Amino acid sequence: MPINYYILLSVALFSIGIVGVLTRRNAIIIFMCIEIMLNAVNVLLVAFSKMHHLRAFVADRATTVGTDAQLFVFFIMVVAAAEVTVGLAIIVMLYRNIHSVDINFLNRLKH
Amino acid sequence: MSKFVFLIPLLPLIGFLINGLGRNLLSRTAVVLIGCGTLISSFILSAILFKEILSKGIATGVITYFDFINTAGLDIKFAFQVDQLSVLFLLIINGIGSLIHIYSAAYMHDETVPHYARYFAYLNLFVFSMLLLVLGANFVVMFIGWEGVGLCSYLLIGFWFKNANYNNAAKKAFVMNRIGDLGFLLAIFWMLSQFGTVAYLDLFPKASSAPVTVLTGITMLLFIGAMGKSAQIPLYTWLPDAMAGPTPVSALIHAATMVTAGIYMIARSNVLYSLAPISQNVVAIIGISTALLAATIALKQNDIKKILAYSTVSQLGLMFLALGVGAYGAGVFHVMTHAFFKALLFLGAGSVIHAMHHEQDITKMGGLKKLLPITHITFLIGCLAISGIPPFAGFFSKDEILIAALEKNPIYYMLGILTSLMTAFYMFRLYFLTFAGEFRGTAKQRDHLHESPAAMTWPLRILALFSIVGGLIGIPSVLLNDSNWLATYLSPVISAHENEHPYVHLSHGAELALMIGLVVVIAGVIYSAMKRYAQATVVLESNDEGVSKFLSNKWYVDELYNAIIVKPINFTTSFLSRIVDNKIIDGLVNGIGRALQYSSRQLRLLQSGQVGSYVLIMVISIIIFFIFQLFWKF
Repeated sequence: MPINYYILLSVALFSIGIVGVLTRRNAIIIFMCIEIMLNAVNVLLVAFSKMHHLRAFVADRATTVGTDAQLFVFFIMVVAAAEVTVGLAIIVMLYRNIHSVDINFLNRLKH
Repeated sequence: MSKFVFLIPLLPLIGFLINGLGRNLLSRTAVVLIGCGTLISSFILSAILFKEILSKGIATGVITYFDFINTAGLDIKFAFQVDQLSVLFLLIINGIGSLIHIYSAAYMHDETVPHYARYFAYLNLFVFSMLLLVLGANFVVMFIGWEGVGLCSYLLIGFWFKNANYNNAAKKAFVMNRIGDLGFLLAIFWMLSQFGTVAYLDLFPKASSAPVTVLTGITMLLFIGAMGKSAQIPLYTWLPDAMAGPTPVSALIHAATMVTAGIYMIARSNVLYSLAPISQNVVAIIGISTALLAATIALKQNDIKKILAYSTVSQLGLMFLALGVGAYGAGVFHVMTHAFFKALLFLGAGSVIHAMHHEQDITKMGGLKKLLPITHITFLIGCLAISGIPPFAGFFSKDEILIAALEKNPIYYMLGILTSLMTAFYMFRLYFLTFAGEFRGTAKQRDHLHESPAAMTWPLRILALFSIVGGLIGIPSVLLNDSNWLATYLSPVISAHENEHPYVHLSHGAELALMIGLVVVIAGVIYSAMKRYAQATVVLESNDEGVSKFLSNKWYVDELYNAIIVKPINFTTSFLSRIVDNKIIDGLVNGIGRALQYSSRQLRLLQSGQVGSYVLIMVISIIIFFIFQLFWKF
């Protein structure tokens, strides 16, 4: 399958994420959109990794070229998981304080 | 004795420090004792020094104390020069200064103690500066004293600083002096670059090696300095205004310190002047013009101190004439006799003003003869001395100057005679209006009239004595052979260069005839002044038209200076202040500030507190970075 499809999928996911972050006011949905963006990057990393690995594999079966990108993906997933725990905790505290998860109420830092 | 020379200026300085710093602690008696005591001790030291010089027991020369400025190629010592000229000036300054101090103790008695102490502190500083000026062995030390004298004249003229007019007079004196000082300073720089030294003893032997143009330039610049200090055209207008100070200060400025500084400086650098004939001519011409101008102005003044002030300017003009025609000894002689009778006249005027309750207008005086006997007699002696009646002091010195002028150029002589006649006339106008006739003041002033206390009359008596006999040290050879003691005394410092000029020597008979003729004419002038003013009950002279208006308004010189110098400067400075400073410079500074404030106010709107807008800005920025990354060609 050509690499273009993966790239297009990834771009589409990333754009959806950005638009979601920009337009939605619900903190949980914004959070999910951030996750979508992270995963779009993950998809791209895996796709490129596979592509490079295949190219090197034809010449030398024992090669490990390109596999390191897939390690990054795991890192990103772990970091994202940690981020989710912190983020969700913030959102819970937010809800307890202002009984809403609408980020437009979060403008008190200005003052 | 030469070991103690440094004490002569140091004592007044100590007096200044004690009185100046302790003015709130000391008692009135202590102030007088310190103020007068330091100066009198200094006078005694100078007298001892003088005696030793006379008996040749002391080698005249330079006493070096320490290196003042010592850098590569420039070595200026702080040194004093003790020789005939400087010691003579020491005597004049300390002697007359002491008398004025004693007189001031009584004259200034109405002041509160702190001001009284301040006054004496300034007087002592004044004398200290003048002593430093005279004693300095090079032009730099002289310049220190020169500046100190200018500062003290400012402080003392503006002594009653609550009066705005007096402050203006003080500022005028200071500014005028600064103009002269600039000339002096430039002359010092020029001498340093030309000769590499400013010490008299090193510099004068080298002088003849320099080109005449350079010497002319240096001497002209020095003369500009002398113009400022010694009140010559065009910088003389400060001296009449300096009357704002207390009367003893005027006496000090006019007789002992300050105005004689210019004469001293030129007499000291006579070697340079003798080598620069153009400068000599300029000095003579400026001198005689000043003498004439001031004499004409004095004819029509009614303020007792103003008349004396203009007469000082006029006499200084005569001294510069003497210096200009190469008769340095005669100039110094006239400085000395003038110091006696001008101090006498000013202190006498102070006594009159004291008795008249600070009235200075002579048209409101008259008939003081009986009420102020001592003041009257001494003042009369002063008038006779300044008019040049033998055997009073002024006769000998003035005659010496006039004869020297005649030998140089008869025009100088004629103008000098004219000045002398006018001097006699205005001095006796002053005398008769003040002391003869009927009293013209108010009844209240009349009741107040009294002779001054002893502390004021004794200085008058002593000065009167010197005004009578002071001239005898310089009797011209016409009257008595080889009796010009002063010329002999000063010869090591001065006369060697006088003879270089081809004088047209008069026969003794002609000189004697001229002398007698002049005295007769002066006596005639005095007689006419007596006829005119002695019996004046009310002064009917009107100063409202023609020449007298012109003269009583002092030739409109102040107005002229105002129009051509003060006004344009004021205009330029107000332009610079209003337009350049307020608009352009302030505009620039304030503009930057205002632009920053405005832009930050606009930028602040970005920080809305809405998380969404922050994210939007983040995204837009990232996109912009991407675009840059893609399309920017490195």
